[in-house]
Amino acid sequence: MCVFIVDYTTSMCTPLLSVLTAIRAAILIQNWYRFTKARLETRRRYSLSIFQSIEYADEQDQLQVCNFHFFLYKHPGVSQVVDEGLSLTEFENKIDVPDSYYGPRLSFPLTVEDANALLHAFRNEQLLHARYVLQLLCETRRVLKEMPNITHLSTSYSKEITVCGDLHGNLDDLLLIFYKNGLPSEQNPYVFNGDFVDRGKNSMEILIILFAFLLIYPNDLHLNRGNHEDYIMNLRYGFTKEVSKKYKDHGKLILCLLRDVFSWLPLATIIDSKVLILHGGISDTTDLDFLNALERNELKERIPTTRLSKHIANQNVAGKTQHISSSGSTEPSGSNLPPDHALEEWKQILDILWSDPRSQNGCTPNKSRGGGCYFGPDVTAKLFERYNLKMLIRSHEFKPEGYEISHDGKVITIFSASNYYEEGSNRGAYIKLNPELIPRFVQYQVSKYTRRQNLQERVGTIESSALKSLREKIYAHRSELTSAFAQYDLNSTGRISVSDWAAAMESVLQLELPWRMLRAQLVQMTPNGEADYMSCFYDLKIGQPTKEPALVETLCRYRRDLEIIFNIIDKDHSGLISLEEFGQTWKLFASHLGIDMYDESLDKLVLSIDYNKDGHIDFNEFLEAFHVVHRLEKKANS
Amino acid sequence: MASRKDGAVAEIEKKIIEAFEVFDHECNKTVDVREIGSIVRSLGCFPTEAELHELLAKVEEEEPTGYINLEKFLPVMTKVLLDRSYQPIPEDVLLHAFEVSLKRIFIKTKCLFCLSGEPFTEEEMEDMLSTALDPETNTVRYRDYISMMIVDET
Repeated sequence: MCVFIVDYTTSMCTPLLSVLTAIRAAILIQNWYRFTKARLETRRRYSLSIFQSIEYADEQDQLQVCNFHFFLYKHPGVSQVVDEGLSLTEFENKIDVPDSYYGPRLSFPLTVEDANALLHAFRNEQLLHARYVLQLLCETRRVLKEMPNITHLSTSYSKEITVCGDLHGNLDDLLLIFYKNGLPSEQNPYVFNGDFVDRGKNSMEILIILFAFLLIYPNDLHLNRGNHEDYIMNLRYGFTKEVSKKYKDHGKLILCLLRDVFSWLPLATIIDSKVLILHGGISDTTDLDFLNALERNELKERIPTTRLSKHIANQNVAGKTQHISSSGSTEPSGSNLPPDHALEEWKQILDILWSDPRSQNGCTPNKSRGGGCYFGPDVTAKLFERYNLKMLIRSHEFKPEGYEISHDGKVITIFSASNYYEEGSNRGAYIKLNPELIPRFVQYQVSKYTRRQNLQERVGTIESSALKSLREKIYAHRSELTSAFAQYDLNSTGRISVSDWAAAMESVLQLELPWRMLRAQLVQMTPNGEADYMSCFYDLKIGQPTKEPALVETLCRYRRDLEIIFNIIDKDHSGLISLEEFGQTWKLFASHLGIDMYDESLDKLVLSIDYNKDGHIDFNEFLEAFHVVHRLEKKANS
Repeated sequence: MASRKDGAVAEIEKKIIEAFEVFDHECNKTVDVREIGSIVRSLGCFPTEAELHELLAKVEEEEPTGYINLEKFLPVMTKVLLDRSYQPIPEDVLLHAFEVSLKRIFIKTKCLFCLSGEPFTEEEMEDMLSTALDPETNTVRYRDYISMMIVDET
């Protein structure tokens, strides 16, 4: 509905010329309008590209941290074991719920009233008390333990099954799904396909809701494990922080119990023996029978793939599969390497939690994730033939429309976290599967704005957010970039060609992005069309002292890794490491790296790090320690 | 100089490849044929719909598959950029076009855009109106609209 300024005073015999002029004008405008639309679409695409490249690059980076933690975990005295004997009543006795608490008070066995109370509470941003969380987790573990690795469902009784993908802590999306599609019940079964946690700020609440419905309707609410249902991922991507912040003293126990619960989550669901639902994808070696038979709870976190590739190499050399069983246990006896059988189990699980479909045939290692593989239509076809399947439903990959169909209709990706990267970045979706196993897609998008932003505004929001992340990465690699630029600038003029600038950016940051398109936003140009490369770093206000820019940049880049390492050492998540803990861990670290460490020098090191001499090391002191190392290194190299 | 020219051509080719890859979801050097318009325009060209169809005819396979290959697209697009085809519309011409189409005609503007020229689809008309229309006065402040949509393309 619109009204333009229209003048009816001209006579009806307006000359033809006037009309023709108007039409010519219209063509110009239509042409120009389509240009601006295309430009907007391009900006939207490359913004999403930026987000995704940075996300995948981050996931790869943390491989190193995985390495270290795997090593830590396998050492006695360091790993945490949760008492199997913990029961509901023990929590009731040990943890007191004050009268001042007005949140939901759960009573087991749970009923629909409890679920409604939880939904109501979370809509009002209340927290569930730690005692109930622990009781809930305990019960959930008990129920999950009874379930097989692969759940078999049927669409009998004309029930439609709803399949949801990644939620990543977006409570609004879950509430919207329940609003549109109804709560889980015997008449309304759901499958949630992993990645319930991390990134969003309500991962805990999502888990609580899903586990509550699982307990109430164990035959109608099904959960598959995702790659983010993993302690290490949680350390990096925010879930651990969320729990520690919300539950403080009880956070540690909750996280411990969660780790166990995650490892008991089923790996896959099969509907009517025809539709396979799992989080990531498949590989050319995926063996559903093997997967169904393994001990899924032994495999808590992703292990470093460097060990895996060695294992696979060994297999190839030997020419046959080696299965060294060590009295049925997958724990290493004394050496650092788990037996080959355990590694095979790891690989199978890694493949189904991390792989992505691609349109090229074949099965190649998934370079951007650093785990799992890229699988082509031929791999899908072969698996379908082997197990008589009709469809594969998976999640794990962001999709702007919330879903995507590939491999000629055989593979569906379903992603349920709308606005994943930024307000307006994408829709979420869920699948309704009818008894004929025909999928129907429902899309949605939550919005914090009451007025829907128009496309122009939405793209603007996404673009500035993406560019902000990109600029942070640029800042973190400042010195590397500067020397890369200098290599092209032989006469030290401060200017290089756009082509050289783009090449330098790509090789240092290792991100495949349309640099020439982004150039205008990232670097200033000289009048003769060259790039003033140091202008990349102007206007980057990062809140750090600029005493030693190279160090600040290193800290910026590795801060996240250091934070994770710190959190690993800080087992009770108190924000402080005792000097002894630090010493122990450092020794392990040093032996892992093959460095000799003398006790006296370790003592000195530890004491020197505790700057304020309070007997503990906090995160800032931890960072400072690396400051010292960096200074000494620089001295040695200068 | 031959080398400088080659350098310029190489640079143009890289630009085209970049633009192409933004729309190449699967990273397999093909894009959906419906995205060609966006790619050509993202490189700074203003082809009319008719001109786009001509271009498509040159880059499509003999038996249209719905996908366009980079190797067919690259030489054609390189020529387009070197020849400076599909020039942009200068701002003053655009302004004048808005003035003409919005004032003193007896055809309602919506009709004009949706039924004549290279007609807008319902969607396009809806989108343009939602951005351009000033809800308070129910008019199009076309100067503001133009300056809002023009991005510094240098």
